Amino acid sequence: MAKKVPVQVTLNGEERAEFVESGATLLNALRGRFGDTSPKGGCHQGTCGACSVIIDGELKLSCLTLAEACDGAEIVTTAGLATNSAMHPLQRAFAEGFAAQCGFCTPGMIMAAKALLDQKPDPTREDVIEALSGNICRCTGYEPIIQAVLAAAAASPHKAA
Amino acid sequence: MIRLAKEYFADQRDDDLKQLGQAFHRSDVPGHVTGKTNYFADRSFPGMLHLKMVRSPHHHARIRSIDTSEAEKHPGVARVLTHKDVPHNVYTILILIQIGPEDEQVLAADKVRWKGEAVVAVLADSERAAQEAAAKVKVDYEVLPAVLDMEAALKPGAPIVNEYHGQNYYRYDSGACRKVRFGDVEKGFAEADHILEQTYRSSPIEQAPAETTGCIVVPEGNDRFTCYTNTQALFFSLDNTSIILQMPGHKLRFVGGTVGGGFGGKVDVTTEPIAILASKLTGRPVSFIYSREEEMQVSSPRAAETIVIKDGVMNDGRIVARYVKGYTDAGAYSRHSPYGAQKGAAHYPGPYTIENVWADTYCVYTNRTPSSAMRGFGVTIADFALEVQMDKLARLIGMDPLEFRFINAYRDGDMKAHRQPTEGAALIECMQEASKAANWPVAEKYLRMSSYKGG
Amino acid sequence: MTLSVRTCPTVDEASAALAAGRARYLGGGTLVVRNASEGDLSFDTLVRSTDPALSRIAVAGGEASLGAGVTMAAITRHPGLAAIAKAARAVGGPAIRNMATVGGNLFAAAPYGDFAVALMALGATVEAGGKALGIDDFLQVRDDIRTMVTGVRFPLPAAGAFRFVKVSRIKPKGVSVLSIAAVIETDAGGAVCSARVALGCMADRPIRARAAEAALVGATLTEAGVAKAVAAVSEGIRPITDPIASAWYRGEVLPVHFRRLLLA
Repeated sequence: MAKKVPVQVTLNGEERAEFVESGATLLNALRGRFGDTSPKGGCHQGTCGACSVIIDGELKLSCLTLAEACDGAEIVTTAGLATNSAMHPLQRAFAEGFAAQCGFCTPGMIMAAKALLDQKPDPTREDVIEALSGNICRCTGYEPIIQAVLAAAAASPHKAA
Repeated sequence: MIRLAKEYFADQRDDDLKQLGQAFHRSDVPGHVTGKTNYFADRSFPGMLHLKMVRSPHHHARIRSIDTSEAEKHPGVARVLTHKDVPHNVYTILILIQIGPEDEQVLAADKVRWKGEAVVAVLADSERAAQEAAAKVKVDYEVLPAVLDMEAALKPGAPIVNEYHGQNYYRYDSGACRKVRFGDVEKGFAEADHILEQTYRSSPIEQAPAETTGCIVVPEGNDRFTCYTNTQALFFSLDNTSIILQMPGHKLRFVGGTVGGGFGGKVDVTTEPIAILASKLTGRPVSFIYSREEEMQVSSPRAAETIVIKDGVMNDGRIVARYVKGYTDAGAYSRHSPYGAQKGAAHYPGPYTIENVWADTYCVYTNRTPSSAMRGFGVTIADFALEVQMDKLARLIGMDPLEFRFINAYRDGDMKAHRQPTEGAALIECMQEASKAANWPVAEKYLRMSSYKGG
Repeated sequence: MTLSVRTCPTVDEASAALAAGRARYLGGGTLVVRNASEGDLSFDTLVRSTDPALSRIAVAGGEASLGAGVTMAAITRHPGLAAIAKAARAVGGPAIRNMATVGGNLFAAAPYGDFAVALMALGATVEAGGKALGIDDFLQVRDDIRTMVTGVRFPLPAAGAFRFVKVSRIKPKGVSVLSIAAVIETDAGGAVCSARVALGCMADRPIRARAAEAALVGATLTEAGVAKAVAAVSEGIRPITDPIASAWYRGEVLPVHFRRLLLA
């Protein structure tokens, strides 16, 4: 059996520690060990963006990040955005704007959008397109997603977490 | 923006629509945006094995021998499966609706017929161990000449791709092709002012869903198995698995319905039978999930098609004869392609009334990746060809392409070439709306037309 | 066997760990972790270093020095590197730019490695194993390098001298059909006095367009003036074929984009 190594992270505000397989990607560790399946594995090669998470304030691809390299890091995923039962403004905008169809790319899209709004609460359409350029959606044609991010920005002046 | 144009066909319905035209939230959207939706892979089970497939590196080859001894000894390996382990190794999906013969191997036995065909399944504790062991499987191949396009496949003397068919095309009950015969096409061509023959070709298209094909199988301890799958065709998968594993259906519980994009690419039966077999033989949960590379290279794409259309057209805009030969590249195995090719035969007249039609469609076998369903397979590429042809015909007789379509549009009551009377056509009304929306004006007489019988 | 990870606090320790066997250096992970996930079994140890020197950026005296671990995002944010920021911005989407490093880009096989194309045009020097190597020489031997790349340095181009274009088929960005980087200096009369031109996707790694460089010297950047250089830019290219584009297509469009870059 593969060697296990301890990894301690702050996941969506909660201190967590798990033993993960040596060499495991953060994506597999989050999904298999930490029980957070909101990041999705669409390609495991850094192409699709479905696994996007925010690590220490920066948008990263969890499929290309080793879990061991995240020891001590603060990680935010889509599963951690809703507070109590209230959706995050981005989640609400995605739901209301039909910005999700099969839903598989959605958590990654929302993370990429959050990383943008954290830096730039009032983005232009071009900013949004650029911010989502690493995320692939095969259902929506992108337009409703772009509109949802703009709507979320307009609805609530976004404050850096 | 959605506008309900209730002024059309008011006499054909009870106008008590309550849901249409209203915006409703989809029930699955809250799960999607919060990350709570459960896709098949959002599960892990203690002791789960990872399945890695050893695939053919050749388009066409005879298998001389398969040696799995080194792979079996590799640390972490639980089991290695070959064709000998599969109870009913040769299957075809549509046998469920009596479309045979069975022509495809679950795991290749004596031959591989396309680059990427499954040969040996390796099961190990981790993906890495499965990959390492897969690299130790030795398959001795004798490479055979490959047929890589339909023209070559249909030439006399071409190597036979699939012996279960005996020839490089699917034999329908109607013969070598699906046929539509309507009116007298030769008479139509003789009367025509102009004849235009064009050939249209398309390449295979990968559906490329965001979530790759796969399943996770859990043995329930009573010789029953739960299979979490992202198939788009749950009962096709269940029934074919039942045939392949020779297990009664009540021992197989399939859980599906949540699919991370399919577009037709997940209607084949490629992961469930072998994963359930592996779970049965090891007594452990099994995960078989395509890598992105497998999704792009191994999962079945939309078929390549070649379509030859010959039309006879009058100077006044009427199409008086249409002759079509359509070819669908099934790849090495049937899957859903005999059905797709058949759909094409019925579709070639398009939404137009043509008095004389002759259509032949062939389902052709080549040593390429088996093709299968994708969004309107059998008709989407046909529509591309037909509508480009319509534009060319309009240009040929110097007519506006939209007006040309009004002239030929089918109306309620018109008999279609495959002997289905047209009903609920609405094409003319759609084109009238499109003419306004696209700011592409047409002559007044076309705005007075209707889809009603005789309109 | 399973993949193990060694985290080293200093470059020296990481270098020693790398020399010890089937090991690969882990920078941003965008190449190495991808390879591991796709079944590359040629290494079983990943070595990473937390040495702060690796992520240092220094801009002074007309020269820029970048640690091998500097990310594309860090380059785009640095005020002293504004002149070359567009080459870093051309790499991946935002998440990739937060991960992909200068050092990793030097090893990226085409169609990746757009920033290395820029470094080639900038005439960078690569520091590897305590030695300094010109980037042209480094790229020739990169597959055999068994020491650790610790950084690059290059003279900052004069204002307006650096030109860069990445062509992809997806908007706003995707994988390269090709990329072109150039440092072109002109005299007071508008004649080119020096030119370095580097091409991406025109071989398995970045290459110089030396015939085009020679044709540019003395020319003016006008339609007529650049004609000879445009005609010469394809000399010696062996473009790659991949799902993005065929070698034929890449070869056909190279002069078109090169001309536009020169006249921009």
